[in-house]
Amino acid sequence: MKRSLIALAAGCLLAFAAIAAPGTLEGVQKQPINVSAIAMFLVFVLFTLGITWWASSRNKSTADFYTAGGGITGFQNGLAIAGDYMSAATLLGLTSLVYAKGFDGFIYTISFFVGWPIILFLMAERLRNLGKFTFADIASYRLDQNRIRTFAAFGSLTVVCFYLIVQMVGAGQLIQLLFGLEYTYAVIAVGLLMMVYVTFGGMTATTWVQIIKACLLLGGGTTLMLLAFSRFDFSFTNLFTQAVAAHKSGIAIMAPGKLMADPVSAVSLSLALLFGTAGLPHIMMRFFTVPNAKEARKSVFFATGFIGFFFLVVIILGISSIVIVGQDPQFFEGGVIGGKLIGGGNMPVMHLAKAVGGDVFLGFLSAVAFATILAVVSGLALAGASAIAHDLYARVIKKNQATSAEEMRVTKIASVGIGLVAILLGLLFRDQNIAFLVALTFGVAASVNFPILILSMYWKGLTTRGALWGGIAGLLSAVTLVILSPAVWVKVLGNAQAIFPYDHPAIISMTTAFLVTWLGSVTDKSARASSEADAFEEQYIRAQTGLGAAGAHAH
Amino acid sequence: MSQPNIQARIRSNPKFAEMVGKRTRFAIILSFVVLVPYYSFMMITAFNPAWLAQPISEGSIITLGWPIGVFLVVGAWLTTGIYISRANGEFDALNEQILRESAK
Repeated sequence: MKRSLIALAAGCLLAFAAIAAPGTLEGVQKQPINVSAIAMFLVFVLFTLGITWWASSRNKSTADFYTAGGGITGFQNGLAIAGDYMSAATLLGLTSLVYAKGFDGFIYTISFFVGWPIILFLMAERLRNLGKFTFADIASYRLDQNRIRTFAAFGSLTVVCFYLIVQMVGAGQLIQLLFGLEYTYAVIAVGLLMMVYVTFGGMTATTWVQIIKACLLLGGGTTLMLLAFSRFDFSFTNLFTQAVAAHKSGIAIMAPGKLMADPVSAVSLSLALLFGTAGLPHIMMRFFTVPNAKEARKSVFFATGFIGFFFLVVIILGISSIVIVGQDPQFFEGGVIGGKLIGGGNMPVMHLAKAVGGDVFLGFLSAVAFATILAVVSGLALAGASAIAHDLYARVIKKNQATSAEEMRVTKIASVGIGLVAILLGLLFRDQNIAFLVALTFGVAASVNFPILILSMYWKGLTTRGALWGGIAGLLSAVTLVILSPAVWVKVLGNAQAIFPYDHPAIISMTTAFLVTWLGSVTDKSARASSEADAFEEQYIRAQTGLGAAGAHAH
Repeated sequence: MSQPNIQARIRSNPKFAEMVGKRTRFAIILSFVVLVPYYSFMMITAFNPAWLAQPISEGSIITLGWPIGVFLVVGAWLTTGIYISRANGEFDALNEQILRESAK
């Protein structure tokens, strides 16, 4: 029970996986076409396409394309990072979790948030000082360019691919629900728009799409919170008293319940959230868009502030929904209060929007949710394209001999390719149970990308052999454990009992990756290993002082 | 001026050791300031949930867990503010001095 609760939480939050799970999908029928939502979304699309057109005239070099020329300010980048992190799944999943579980949803929210200060303290300035375009730049800084860069690029692409499937399938489901648009068209529309943004606008357009969407989400969420909270005269006592009276669990929603009752599972989940986030290529890439370490730090400060504020807003939304949505028969199938919510378990916040703001506000929030998906997939596609064009093509295949124009051409081809693959996977995985892909995304990010990255920055003794061994061990253990976990072994393959009891493998696979990396490095007595250790000095000084770091690109 | 020369001078500058030492210590302390309360909170939810379920005052519906949770979120954000005010001020000033002195 408690495991399935954590699985539920993970599914709800990290992606739309919960929507895609067959259990919640049953009985979800396509909604009538929502004209005001589509109109508002079209305004957003037109506006962002305008920005893309403007950005395309500024994209002269690969630096412009991948990092917006390093000219994004800390405040702007903070908003964009917050935008990357506050996906539609966060809004829908977190509110529905609080709606269903009360205080347990709050605990989960805190776990989802607390990694950001750690990213600032341990990583932000070093990432900025060492990296240029991709996280492979840092991982392969003093290690073997061919092997480590290739491995890191495939690490990025794996994470990007899994996460894209999750987002595309979620996008199709959600748009079908909110807009009344056919799944196939929804997936194709998202894929095509993403290709246009990324191919023509590069990082500049992607960043601005992200910033606009973050503002819409923050503004929309806050307005909704004020509207809902005004029903309780802005009194927490009123709010909680009525929520306790309305909820079927009563006073239990005010205290920790079953979500965290299994500490091992909770810790594994929190490791995956914390370090998986730090290993997501599209999040790391955001640190290269600012001019220097000072702005990189500022971006985390602003991002953390926006995310924290938004999460607190979401908590109030969830509690308000218990009273406003949970007692209104119009939001339940067949009008049975306490029965199945129309549109599925992830819908409380949408129903709340309708209850306190009417159809127009619901349309607005639906448009924001669509915009959110679009922004996140664009960031992912850009990270994938840079891994292919910058890491694999320019550095590994062409041995750094490719011209900027050639690299740009490959980037654009790669962006279109990723867009097509995303559409194909979105259609292919339709109606599949993809909950395991969320665990896989964060498991691989935390067990492959993160260990290589953090050790290459902090540990002089890391060698090519150690990084490769550890990375492969992390990849194999993460994938194997996810296959043996309840999400795949029981729910996809239909076995009665999972061999590995936890949905998130991080507690084992991360430890394995670190141990094997250490072992592979300390036993490495090759000449290469000692020259790699010698090169640490230069890297260390650059990481600390920014000496020789890639600068802002002048226009 | 060649890079290795500048590097050697940075390394031998006592201010470099001072800056790196101070900044690293500061980052580690703040990490603990965030993680210790967070994991304490998680352990309480796992092993002594009743403690968080007690009302904040006699007869209040609001339990202790809520303000503590808000405090964790706001506190985590404040630590990022504390870090950047010192890193972007004091440490960066020191860093610029080091780079300037080494480039000569």
